[in-house]
Amino acid sequence: MCKSWKTYLLWFAQEHVEFRYAEIESLLSLFKIDMRYLEQPKNEPFWIVQFSSENDIKLLASRSVSLRNCLELWCHAKSIPQLHDKLKCFPRNLMEQHFKSNRSFKIEVETFCKHFTQAEKINKIEAFRAVSLTNPDVIFQYIEYYGTEANNPPELPYEVASGLRQLIKKISLKTRKFIGNTSMDPQLSLLMANQARIKDGAIVLDPFVGTGSLLVAAAQFGGFVLGTDIDYLMLHGRTKPSRIKQKVRDKNESIRSNMQQYNLEHRYLDVLVNDFAVPFWRDDIQFDAIITDPPYGIREATERVGTIKENYTVEEKHLSTHVPAKIEYGISNIYRDLLRFSAKHLKNRRPNEDYNENCLPSHPCLKLVANCEQGLSKVTSRRLLTFEKINHPTDEELRMTHNGIMDFREKYFIVREETRKERRTKEARIREENRLKYGKNQDK
Amino acid sequence: MKLLTHNMLTSKCMKGVTVGYPLGINVSDVRVSEVDFNPEFVAKIIPKLDWPVLYNAAESIGQLEDLPKEVIDNFENDREFLKKVHHVLLEVDIINGELICPETGRKFPINNGIPNMLLNEDEI
Repeated sequence: MCKSWKTYLLWFAQEHVEFRYAEIESLLSLFKIDMRYLEQPKNEPFWIVQFSSENDIKLLASRSVSLRNCLELWCHAKSIPQLHDKLKCFPRNLMEQHFKSNRSFKIEVETFCKHFTQAEKINKIEAFRAVSLTNPDVIFQYIEYYGTEANNPPELPYEVASGLRQLIKKISLKTRKFIGNTSMDPQLSLLMANQARIKDGAIVLDPFVGTGSLLVAAAQFGGFVLGTDIDYLMLHGRTKPSRIKQKVRDKNESIRSNMQQYNLEHRYLDVLVNDFAVPFWRDDIQFDAIITDPPYGIREATERVGTIKENYTVEEKHLSTHVPAKIEYGISNIYRDLLRFSAKHLKNRRPNEDYNENCLPSHPCLKLVANCEQGLSKVTSRRLLTFEKINHPTDEELRMTHNGIMDFREKYFIVREETRKERRTKEARIREENRLKYGKNQDK
Repeated sequence: MKLLTHNMLTSKCMKGVTVGYPLGINVSDVRVSEVDFNPEFVAKIIPKLDWPVLYNAAESIGQLEDLPKEVIDNFENDREFLKKVHHVLLEVDIINGELICPETGRKFPINNGIPNMLLNEDEI
């Protein structure tokens, strides 16, 4: 099947730049969208990419938090005369579908790293001899990008879809009912939920839940959320208030009330007071995602239940009111337990995958600097590996014979579940079904 | 606390407890409220449930209504059945009560909907 690829401009918010690439890659993988990079993305707010369908972009933009909007890119150039020349060469039939007589349109002039007055902007529009209205069907954007260095191209694109930037304001900590001293920034929590590839109906756990910021983000994207925390007072909303003007916490401050505030209560499962060091989940429980911001021991203590006293027992008369003593958990123990727990309780997203970094060819004198995967079929892919020489080999290293790489042919035929014949028969059956379906439709 | 969560909890982490499942339930206060129905989610969750444990838990707190004793065949397409499971899993909320370890009888209080699974220093 031949796809036609169109060029688009992705415009990102210039914030949390480091997270941008990871977020987009996660979403492309979540929605199984094909996107081509025309340029290797750098730390600039504009990416020029290609998609084969406008629906793909809408899907991507429907979840992305770092994306401001996405525009169909008609042309870009380093100077305004060049831009006008290029635009004149742009195929009219591709442009004209947006200029029907019954559709209004407007042109927005955006500039990056430079400010223009409204009059100057209007001059830039006038240069295209265009009309602008206040309530258009189609929005065109004309962007002048002065970058961090002022030598980057202006663009003229048509707006296809906007990202989810408004969500950051919607779940702002300023207006949230229940917050704590270390509540996670909304934008970062949304990025985390996206990187966890949370889908509608996913079961999501935060084992160091605190005030539940990450659960808000996870539920926003369709996750059903569970949280645990060792801090009884925190989960019951009875710690000291975090807002400077607030003397006492409201009676109903809780993670549940936050979920109510954002109309997400139907995705709230439960929160529990629990010491993460002491697991109490059924062994075979699997979560679709675990997202968490564990304590570092600075603003929130890293503690677990325990005592340094030997053979200590709680006396019968104190049992009903006893508050368990805590000892240092230790950040390295937290991470060890967290990874072990995740390995056990996360749902396996790629069953049968037998790839890991350790099975790549390696040599002590060569450093792997890039590893890019190209999918070949449902079960196989190949990788472009780029090595950089970092040391000259010793005699011993030159004589190395160890190589743990399994023969590809052997693996290939083990992994394939169905034979060639089975697959062909199946494909023929599907074709036949489609033919019958198609034939019926024609009869109507 | 919802019965979905109850279905996933054990007390096996306690000293001397081997299985710790299922936990008993005593309730003093149950709230039933309407929750948006998501049939896909319920259908996805059913295979993960320990059904007899869910059935007995619902029965023990008087919220069984007409939940079948066994998962029916082809449940994915039976909206009525999914609705019943949805009700018992997500709409019934234990606000106050306690969970009980089946082996030691240790009680874990549930206050304001939140179970307290913290153990004492001498129980771990």
